[in-house]
Amino acid sequence: MRPILMKGHERPLTFLRYNRDGDMLFSCAKDHTPTLWYADNGERHGTYRGHNGAVWCCDVSRDSSRLITGSADQTAKLWDVKTGQQLFSFKFSSPARSVDFSVGDKLAVITTDPFMERTSAIHVKRIAEDPQDQVSDSVLVIENPEGRKRINRAVWGPLNQTIVSGGEDAVLRIWDAETGKLLKETDKEVGHKQTITSLCKSADDSHFLTGSLDKTAKLWDMRTLALIKTYTSGVPVNAVSMSPLLDHVVIGGGQDASAVTTTDHRAGNFEAKFYDKILQEEIGGVKGHFGPINALAFNPDGRSFSSGGEDGYVRLHHFDSDYFNIRI
Amino acid sequence: MAVLDLDARAAKLGIDLSQVDFNSVILPPGENFGFESDDEDVYEDEEDFETGFGNIIVVDQLPVDNFKKVELIKEDGLSMPVDSDTSKTLGYCFIEFNTRQEAEKAKEKTNGYHLSKRGESDIILAVYTFDDIERLMNMNEEWEPPQTKPYVPNETMNLHTWLTDEKARDQFVVRCGPDTEVSWNDTRHLKSESVHKLQNWTESLVQWSPLGTYLVTLHKPGVAVCGGATNFKPLVHYKHPMVKLVDVSPGENYLVTYNSQTPNIPHDATQVDIKIFDVKSGRLMRGFQGSADEFSVEGYSVSWPVFKWAGGRDDRYFARLRKNTISVYETETFSLLDKRSMKVDNVVDICWSPTDYILALFVPELDDGNQPARVALVQLPSKVEIRQKNLFNVSDCKMYWQSNGDYLAVKVDRYGSKSKKSIESGFEIFRVKEKDIPVEVLELDNKKDKIIEFAWEPKGQRFAVIHGDLPRPDVSFYSMQTPGRVSKLVTLKAKQANALFWSPTGKHMIIADRLNGKLEFYNVDTLMTMATVDNFMATDIKWDPTGRYVATVVTSSVMEDGFYIWSLYGKLLYRTLKEQVFQFSWRPRPPSLLSEEKEKEVKMNLRQYVERYEEEDEDVLDLLSRQEEEKRRVMGEEWEMWINKWKKLHEEEKLQRQNLLGEEEEEEYCYETVEELIDVCEEVVSLEL
Repeated sequence: MRPILMKGHERPLTFLRYNRDGDMLFSCAKDHTPTLWYADNGERHGTYRGHNGAVWCCDVSRDSSRLITGSADQTAKLWDVKTGQQLFSFKFSSPARSVDFSVGDKLAVITTDPFMERTSAIHVKRIAEDPQDQVSDSVLVIENPEGRKRINRAVWGPLNQTIVSGGEDAVLRIWDAETGKLLKETDKEVGHKQTITSLCKSADDSHFLTGSLDKTAKLWDMRTLALIKTYTSGVPVNAVSMSPLLDHVVIGGGQDASAVTTTDHRAGNFEAKFYDKILQEEIGGVKGHFGPINALAFNPDGRSFSSGGEDGYVRLHHFDSDYFNIRI
Repeated sequence: MAVLDLDARAAKLGIDLSQVDFNSVILPPGENFGFESDDEDVYEDEEDFETGFGNIIVVDQLPVDNFKKVELIKEDGLSMPVDSDTSKTLGYCFIEFNTRQEAEKAKEKTNGYHLSKRGESDIILAVYTFDDIERLMNMNEEWEPPQTKPYVPNETMNLHTWLTDEKARDQFVVRCGPDTEVSWNDTRHLKSESVHKLQNWTESLVQWSPLGTYLVTLHKPGVAVCGGATNFKPLVHYKHPMVKLVDVSPGENYLVTYNSQTPNIPHDATQVDIKIFDVKSGRLMRGFQGSADEFSVEGYSVSWPVFKWAGGRDDRYFARLRKNTISVYETETFSLLDKRSMKVDNVVDICWSPTDYILALFVPELDDGNQPARVALVQLPSKVEIRQKNLFNVSDCKMYWQSNGDYLAVKVDRYGSKSKKSIESGFEIFRVKEKDIPVEVLELDNKKDKIIEFAWEPKGQRFAVIHGDLPRPDVSFYSMQTPGRVSKLVTLKAKQANALFWSPTGKHMIIADRLNGKLEFYNVDTLMTMATVDNFMATDIKWDPTGRYVATVVTSSVMEDGFYIWSLYGKLLYRTLKEQVFQFSWRPRPPSLLSEEKEKEVKMNLRQYVERYEEEDEDVLDLLSRQEEEKRRVMGEEWEMWINKWKKLHEEEKLQRQNLLGEEEEEEYCYETVEELIDVCEEVVSLEL
């Protein structure tokens, strides 16, 4: 499978997201400009200008008309996907980290980092049909009990009834989306031992995969937060993704970004590892990145996936027929 | 304290015992409140006979004299009792010192001292410590024969059971984090089976004894030796506080421990304390103390092991290097052989043959070339120089013995020209077992190549050299087979290599680039590479003692730490990821008990033996694959359960979801494998007979 290299970002990649139809790929990086690419050939469509800080996360609405991005410049912005125009900007008093549209795209959950005296928090905002009517009030704000720890990802649960969050304190929490009450929490033995860096929902919102710096990725039931599977990698995990088609999960990582210069001088040897979802065994890897992998995303049709690295490259891979015949 | 007292006391003080965390209690330093700590109870002094009067000595045989009517003369610690009736001194006195050590010193110095008086016969003082007198006086008048303890056959005392493992597995010890673990290398099951695991088993490091019988562990009060196949109970303890390094003689008869203390005054030399113990009894045979200078040669720091043991099982000699002298000791008496050291001017390096009592030594060049450098082979115990060779223009040299003591290779770095600017390297190879010990000179094809590594084939006649320029030097193989000549077998050009690892049985070797973890498995018989593997950041590469497997260890690099086990053909058998691996070492095996003829016989009839083992292997493989299948089936079923549950919930929520989305939900993607029959073709192929 020959990868398509997409060099458009000057700084490390932070997040990748496909739209529902699988023809568009959105990439976020530390260089302030989220970019839109064609998902089949990797050609760049355009960029969204307006942010003043690293863009950490993005989500696109079901009809691919709206894009929401969260950035270190303390704002989360709504964009018109087609024109690139900025529709609205939510202002916060600390960097915004994770964004996620609800089912139906009427609400969005945004997390903010701890900053000075502010604790990390989860905000729910209403998204208006008409951008003119958009207001910036939060429907709900949940303060993190572990205030000084960052919340790296927060996503909507099935039917928007719950919000699932995970972050630096290695604990996953389920919150009631109406009241903000804490419903469930993972306990220390079962849960991750170090910062949870990434989270990926399944296509039907029934389970999700988390990756952590403790070199493992874990599969959980979204409603009960029961631990189903654990995948061990030899390296700290920065990004995870699940195939919507086959029972595979991909895990990407590498040295913690700050420690990269100390050890690794193998060029092109950071790999995205594929595991059998059920058997928890490694089935293969895709090498090529020159730096740790920070972002992974599967195309909703399951025939291709892309990875973004610390090296600023996005690599788009279309699977050939062998992939679909993999048997352990 | 009795338990009852504890409860009562706690109640009185109002402490709730269940709240107290006993493990967190730290006793003030020095005090142990009468509780023996687990380390200490083994180190009880036999002479723990403190009467409190240890610092008093008794001086006897003093001349009796008249004295004033005083009961007891006491003056500055000296007290001399006087018999009041006869007003004569009783002939003995007590002298009190400040410390026990001083008292003992005084006793040593004065016992037997001739105190003569004018005109009278010699008076010899008898001096005893107070404790001695007490002990002698309290001795049982009647002699009781010592009781014999009934013999308890101790199963753990068979220290060689590990060798009789029916699956012929090897053991290894791994230290990772605070744990020390000994495991079997079970390659049939593709995993390691843990035998014994202990946290904080050792303070600093562990070491196997050279024949694999014991595991030596270091602790604060000294060294312990554990043995056995599965229990590893501590067998003997050797007292040497703050021991840093340890060495075991090749025949496992003696243990050498080393401790050095950096002095308080910066200019003083480091004090070194070395003790030699008998392994089986734990008895201290001899100690060496001194400043670090006495244990090293000028210009070099103390290199461990300081005492080099002669080869062979009986550990008869050990030698040490000092300025201008080589001291050879024998273990019969633990004193210098022939009661004196060998004087060899300016000797800088010595090296024993691994099998015979031959010592090789090197003396560098002196007087700016007037006295050439010299390598000599000395036979012990006769101390006769059986061979020597002068070498000219030498800047440095290093000696390498072949494992059977057949050959000695001396790597010589020479100055290229008079001006000493360039360095050329070559080898002088001594055929030690042949008559007159002929020496052959080997020069590399390119004389200016720097020699990076050298290694003899164990039990063989070949050796490998890495020479040239990093990062891609050449690797050459030579053979000593033809007498009179060193013949080159092959030179592999531009290899990414900086280390050589021969298999302990010879024939195979690994050419390794340690930093990048590239290993090349090379067969020296066929001169072909069998496999090249990648093991990034592999810091240690170790063959197992049988030469069947190689272990590579990635120590403490954050990425993929642990150890990997490979077959000798370069196939990765299994790996175990462990955090913070500090040390990995195989348990050595003693040399085979089979004679050479027997070994040849086995090799010829190998096919018979092989059949039996192959059957066993197949059985195990079957078992493993069945187990694997079972495991997968179970996992698959579990997963099905989850999927079904989710599907049900998904269906139930469908209506609600549609409301949220505001539209009809499309059918999700469904994955179907369609087999299409493209063509059926029948072809008759004729057989040419």
